[in-house]
Amino acid sequence: MAGLAASFGAGAMTNSIDEIGHARCILAIGTNTTYAHPVIGMKVKQASKNGARLIVANPREIELVSHADLWLQQNPGSDVALLMGMMRVIVDEGLCDRDFIEERCENYDAFTDSLKKFQLERVEEITGVPKDKIIEAARVYATDKPSTILYAMGITQHSHGTDNVIAIADLAMLTGNVGKPSTGVNPLRGQNNVQGACDMGALPNVFTGYQGVVDKEIRGKFEDAWGTYLPREPGLTLLEILDAAHRKQIKALYLIGENPILSDPDARHARESLKALDFFVVQDIFMSETAQLADVVLASATFAEKDGTFTNTDRRVQRVRKALEPVGDCKPDWWITCQIGQRMGRKGFDFGGPYQIMEEISRLTPSYGGITYERLGDGGIHWPCPTKDHPGTPILHTERFTRGKGRFIPLEYRPPAELPDDEYPLLLTTERSRYHFHTGTMTRKVRGLTALEGEGVVEINPKDASRLGISDGEMVKVVSRRGAVMARTKVTEVTPLKVVTMNFHFVESPTNQLTNPALDPVAKIPEFKVCAVRVEKI
Amino acid sequence: MERTNVTIDGTRIAVDKGTTVLQAALSAGIFIPALCSHPHLPSSRQVKPFQVVYRGTDKLRNDDSLREFEGCQLCLVKIDGMEGLPTACTTQVAEGMVARTNTPEIKQKRRENLEAMMSEHPGACLACDRKEECDPFRASIRKASVITGCEFCPNNSKCELQEVAAYVGISDSLPAYEYKGLPDVKTDPFFERNYNLCIACTRCVRACQEVRVNSALGLVFQNGAVVIGSKAPTLEESGCQFCGACVDVCPTGALTEWINKWDGVAERQVLSTCPYCGVGCQLELQIKRDRIIGVSPKGDGTVNQGQACVKGRFGVVEYVHHPDRLKVPYIRRGGGLEEATWEEALELVAERMGSYNPHEVAVISSAKCTNEENYVAQKFARAVLGTNNIDHCARL
Repeated sequence: MAGLAASFGAGAMTNSIDEIGHARCILAIGTNTTYAHPVIGMKVKQASKNGARLIVANPREIELVSHADLWLQQNPGSDVALLMGMMRVIVDEGLCDRDFIEERCENYDAFTDSLKKFQLERVEEITGVPKDKIIEAARVYATDKPSTILYAMGITQHSHGTDNVIAIADLAMLTGNVGKPSTGVNPLRGQNNVQGACDMGALPNVFTGYQGVVDKEIRGKFEDAWGTYLPREPGLTLLEILDAAHRKQIKALYLIGENPILSDPDARHARESLKALDFFVVQDIFMSETAQLADVVLASATFAEKDGTFTNTDRRVQRVRKALEPVGDCKPDWWITCQIGQRMGRKGFDFGGPYQIMEEISRLTPSYGGITYERLGDGGIHWPCPTKDHPGTPILHTERFTRGKGRFIPLEYRPPAELPDDEYPLLLTTERSRYHFHTGTMTRKVRGLTALEGEGVVEINPKDASRLGISDGEMVKVVSRRGAVMARTKVTEVTPLKVVTMNFHFVESPTNQLTNPALDPVAKIPEFKVCAVRVEKI
Repeated sequence: MERTNVTIDGTRIAVDKGTTVLQAALSAGIFIPALCSHPHLPSSRQVKPFQVVYRGTDKLRNDDSLREFEGCQLCLVKIDGMEGLPTACTTQVAEGMVARTNTPEIKQKRRENLEAMMSEHPGACLACDRKEECDPFRASIRKASVITGCEFCPNNSKCELQEVAAYVGISDSLPAYEYKGLPDVKTDPFFERNYNLCIACTRCVRACQEVRVNSALGLVFQNGAVVIGSKAPTLEESGCQFCGACVDVCPTGALTEWINKWDGVAERQVLSTCPYCGVGCQLELQIKRDRIIGVSPKGDGTVNQGQACVKGRFGVVEYVHHPDRLKVPYIRRGGGLEEATWEEALELVAERMGSYNPHEVAVISSAKCTNEENYVAQKFARAVLGTNNIDHCARL
């Protein structure tokens, strides 16, 4: 998100999901979308079947590869080099959109200077992708317009994830594939309301609608609305909060609907951090692994038992409707938080229901200014929607970029923070399953899903397996500098040579005890997609 | 888009060029019975046979690779100036076209075609004048493993075949249906495939192949009949992704979800947004007796266009109604977590959270919660605790 904000001024999907079907070229990089967002995956497959050119860039032979015109199998962590290589071809062959660059963008010359270091021979060496394929991909993307780019955590979960995103934004601007139907730069968000949680200011540096906490005027607006002084310094991110708890600087934590013991990198550290807390409150629908460590556990309602809205990955605000009374004596999350606020003596937490909360949101948030429950009706509205008569904005940056001019940002290739060596000779990357979600709190309660996939496996290439004398289905130990995890092997060519793949849905094989908490310096996203491990027979 | 004017049963309708007579009629609220056609699916005439399909372990070979699927032949219409009775689903509108859907000739031919279909389907007792009297026995007959008739079918009263039969009318003198003992495949997760109830409309095959761009389901022609099956003995081996698209378009009880097999018709449905990934599929939650009995992806005008994935389609009911759901708050006393009242729990949280300095406290909110809940959480962190230490799992 930070990368897109720097290039375009807004960190969200530029175009809507409905437009994917009309693109003539789709570049899917660092996303296994048929697993993580199957309905978007379906639209990509439909587009490909109807004649769109599909370029898949992924180290793993994911399902989409069988539908692709072109598969770029880059080495994990080499995306900047791959994209810069493509852009070098586009510039050298004069395939860029000169008018768009001239009228809509800035800093182009500095950027093209940085392309000079990316001779295709060097790019081929870093990425492992033959240069002919890079040339073909560049030509297809630049000429079969409209071209759209889809990406996900395979791009962002790197110690240089912001650079990866910037490279994607540069590529789109270079070819004028921004601000028009079926083009754009489209980060596919993994959780139902991750876009909305960001929009609502559940972030340490912004209020709702990305209004900065350091901005005096903005802070003044919220101070007036909420009737209290507000802190001016940006706060800590999730992983920084856990680090601070480990150092006993953070003493009390109120955690809502998360399971960091399974979802965070270096999970052993996460567990120690939570145990070091003086007071720990967890609010959840199940007694999760994390809730078991809490001092107070507050029972909350599921989506089916409450009203509200979710904002999906393409910025579409949609209704959640109460279908059932909450089970037992559990309560909706908004009610619980408001109760605590009121009991701590604060005004402004006596909402009559979620619709009243939305009224306050739209009053204080320009991009949600025109959103009301009445208007949402049976459909959704894409933000920005500043006024009650505004139809919403499925496509961003149509006339001008949110920040004014689109900014070309020069890039250099930087390798991942931890690469295989003699002691840890394999590269571990993480993925998600089609059948399970995040830490499995919900999906592992579903018998059919558990029948289809009941345990976490470590995927290993047949050549690596035979070199290690490991057979399919054997229990092995996967060891990194941070921990060791037991898992059953799945010997498959889907995972490339010297790369092993695991997911993090299963507490029995908690992959994130292995992963590297090295953070992207800007976005503070951990490098889940690359760390060094060895696989041992047991 | 160029508009074309057509008159159906005396009603003038303007539609886009290229529209079929069936689509034009539906758009004007004129009912034409059709069992192979479905608004979310392409024409049934495009479907090509596999070499082999499986029904469980039964292996069935295609014996007529030149044949083309001729559809259900129910949507017959009479068009002025045209010979015979063309099917409305394959006839495109033309300027000034005049079509009729209910001439005596159509009614007769349509009934014959439906009766031929019914002789292969246990719903033959649709024609029975005593079917209402069967209802009291239904609870016990459910326990029988063989489905023999409409009142004893899990799809009863939500069955398109029943609706069509009621509209078309069936003569009382239908030849008796003989139970064929075809495979009822119960070894896959989420739904069963009872081929005794299959009318070979090919909707499931087109949903799988054309909409989901997969090929787990297919058909073969065998001894003159259309036989639907899977690519391999189990759905998982067939490459099925368990999206449920086939179940949603099945007009009979042939594809039936386990979890609501005998729940009948929902009392009400509530439109909501899927709680899993970021696509935001619109789902109709089917509610009966204060439980979600099923999930139907919403069609027109939604991001998901009537589709969902395995998690949204089949992964909601069991976690929402799971016996392990937390039903009361808990407080740690001594070493363990003990049940508490809301009053105790909320007072304790308020008292303790208020006892720290702003830089000593933090809130982690959730990408699974609503916008309103995230708003309240950050307002709480900032306005009550006085800290910007608020984040959620966006980066994980």
